[in-house]
Amino acid sequence: MYKIARENLTALFQKIAADQELYLPVRTADQVNFGVWTEDADVDLDTLKSVKSPKDVFFPQSETLYTCIRDGKKLKVEPEALKEQDFVVFGMKACDLKGVEVLDRVFLSDPVDSFYAARRDHGTIVSMACHEPEETCFCKVFGVDAADPQADVATWMIGDDLYWKPETEKGQKLTENLADLLEKAEDAGSEAAVGEEQEKIRTIIEKLPYSNLSLEGWNGDVLMEKFESPVWEKLYKPCLACGTCTFVCPTCQCYDIKDYDTGHGVQRYRCWDSCMYSDFTMMAHGNNRTSQKERFRQRFMHKLVYFPANNDGMYSCVGCGRCVEKCPAALNIVKVVKAFQEEEV
Amino acid sequence: MQEIVNRAKELLADGTVKRVLGWKAGDLPYNPEPAYFEKEEDFEDFVYNGFCGANLSKYMIEASKLEGKTLVFLKPCDTYSFQQLLKEHRVDRDKAYIIGVGCKGKLDIEKIRGLGIKGIESIEGAEIEDEAETLKIQTFYGEKTCAYKDAMLERCHVCKGKDHMIYDEQIGESKETKDADRFAEVEKIEAMSPEEKFAFFQKELSKCIRCNACRNVCPACSCRKCVFDSNKFDSSQKANVDSFEEKMFHIIRAFHVAGRCTDCGECSRVCPQGIPLHLFNRKFIKDINELYGEYQAGADLEERGPLTSYQFDDAEPGIVAERR
Amino acid sequence: MSIEAKEEFRPKIVAFCCNWCSYAGADLAGSSRLSYSADIKIIRVPCSCRVNPMFILRAFERGADGVIICGCHPGDCHYTSGNYYARRRMTLLFSMLDYIGVESGRTRVEWVSAAEGVKFSQTMHEFVEKIQSLGKNVRLEDLRCRK
Repeated sequence: MYKIARENLTALFQKIAADQELYLPVRTADQVNFGVWTEDADVDLDTLKSVKSPKDVFFPQSETLYTCIRDGKKLKVEPEALKEQDFVVFGMKACDLKGVEVLDRVFLSDPVDSFYAARRDHGTIVSMACHEPEETCFCKVFGVDAADPQADVATWMIGDDLYWKPETEKGQKLTENLADLLEKAEDAGSEAAVGEEQEKIRTIIEKLPYSNLSLEGWNGDVLMEKFESPVWEKLYKPCLACGTCTFVCPTCQCYDIKDYDTGHGVQRYRCWDSCMYSDFTMMAHGNNRTSQKERFRQRFMHKLVYFPANNDGMYSCVGCGRCVEKCPAALNIVKVVKAFQEEEV
Repeated sequence: MQEIVNRAKELLADGTVKRVLGWKAGDLPYNPEPAYFEKEEDFEDFVYNGFCGANLSKYMIEASKLEGKTLVFLKPCDTYSFQQLLKEHRVDRDKAYIIGVGCKGKLDIEKIRGLGIKGIESIEGAEIEDEAETLKIQTFYGEKTCAYKDAMLERCHVCKGKDHMIYDEQIGESKETKDADRFAEVEKIEAMSPEEKFAFFQKELSKCIRCNACRNVCPACSCRKCVFDSNKFDSSQKANVDSFEEKMFHIIRAFHVAGRCTDCGECSRVCPQGIPLHLFNRKFIKDINELYGEYQAGADLEERGPLTSYQFDDAEPGIVAERR
Repeated sequence: MSIEAKEEFRPKIVAFCCNWCSYAGADLAGSSRLSYSADIKIIRVPCSCRVNPMFILRAFERGADGVIICGCHPGDCHYTSGNYYARRRMTLLFSMLDYIGVESGRTRVEWVSAAEGVKFSQTMHEFVEKIQSLGKNVRLEDLRCRK
């Protein structure tokens, strides 16, 4: 394990950014989101959750796939280059890491999504333990340990020191590059400090209101029973059909592919889509989900039933609590799970 | 609050209304959700407190299509939205039984979080009857306090007043919360140089994630099909590109509700990225007031909207350059 | 790229002209052999009030450097009142564009009757000059549309 004083972090970021892109939580116009580090970026490592999850580092909100350019009577097709440079993501939380695991299931299984795979290959993730978990967090429910974020490098911000622990080969390599800034911390004191912080985090997590949410009855085998439940009828009513929950979610992976007519060619791009939108999975015959109830149901069924059915029981919710914080109608996955519990009692 | 519940139960029992549209307590101290109550026992979860900021007028569009009357609780500012919808024939007056409820300013959980208060267990002082000027917030990291005013939604600082514009009956007192000039922020931007203005909006709008929450919550955005959802028109861009799309979306949206926007502030309340969207709407309102005479959308049922009427001697568009 | 860089700036300007007055005014300018810049691309609309704010933003997005809307003089609208509505809309829109930091000279409304070929040509001259002095529109442009 290594450590570095908080005041030296800027030097660390400079050093990392000298030869590769560095993404980290940056405050812009009063909101914290993951962004590229620059000299004048307002880095914010104290805010627990970025508004958007950092998934767009690997799966951007919109990306061009290829461009068609008209050249006289000929048409030139230029595929977009895959990510070739290495980059570092700093400060990802345990829940977001689990989110990446979910995305991996989708994009890295056959057929592999080459754009996503290239980003995953070139990215080194430096995680950070959650110093002060909040009431909206429920990662424990999904088996995530916020105190021990497993990534290429795991870090803990304790007081004025950042403890740095490489966990993989990629993480080792990054650590070696930063050797002159990181200070060795193999002593028992450092181990104890991290252990103590972990203990503190876990104690708080135990106390959080959602930590003991039971997912009993939610798995890949309850499809028809849950699908046809009358509970949805009441539950969806406040839903405004906006895409906030899907766009802040670390695991929502649905996208749309569209063409943008540039006037002299076409850019084919893909962008995040939301199952809450009326044109989601629109086909020539129209839409197969015609009411908001069906669209609302889709989101939660996907997270808690369809996804586990296809992925060895893995839920596609990680309990980050962003939807809990951001839904304009105060709906969220926790309320859904609870509503079913009440109904079944 | 008990008075509200009792009255709702009464009206439900005597058959005046078929359902009640109000707020249901959430599972956290600050997240009540809009909900329908149809049976007496449903009211166990009924809540009306400082966190009931949601403007229920928009839900009345759907409720107007249901059979029988819906009892709806509207705060003074919500009644402007309802009346505007009524003017536009988007809600049915005969299907609504409006109880105007008192309001002492609504709270914004984002403001509380912005003060560095996190890990919230309980909040005291948000109740509607509570006269306390401060909120006592119990968190996992100790007890915190914050002035009620500091946690209030932006819109409450420029409150339109305590009067309900339309109602069948009124319950509860409202409090004066206005302590800022409605157009102060707009004026600040107007005074900037074009470069500064552009930089300001670029910075704010580049946060936009195109979630459409502002549009979907807006009572004035009541089109059955939004132009930004149309597949036949290439404005249906879900792409999040910094260059222009966001500006286009927000300018067009603000323009489309210009003259109809009551300045209810829901767009700014729901924006997950905290974009001050009201700055667009207020700019239009300010211009309308200055150029075509004071106008408050939703204040009455008769007056024609500023964009659906004209005067022979209206200012020429060139005035924009002259005013600078 | 180097060849392009040497070229002088030729603005792209969209002129929305109402069918009844301004388009006829442009016609008169032509038949009277009055010249106006070839940088002006005219789009004929039934009435100035047909111009949706989106048309204007879309033009800018696609690379226009200036947009001018021409209609019948107030009081002369073929549809009685279309241009009065257009006047209010355009005033508000231009004010909004100014508010978000777009140079206010990039948009203009001018009333041109069917008899005003001279005014049409003059207005267009002036507008082209104005846009030339303002330079390329970069604030409302969608970069994807750039060649």
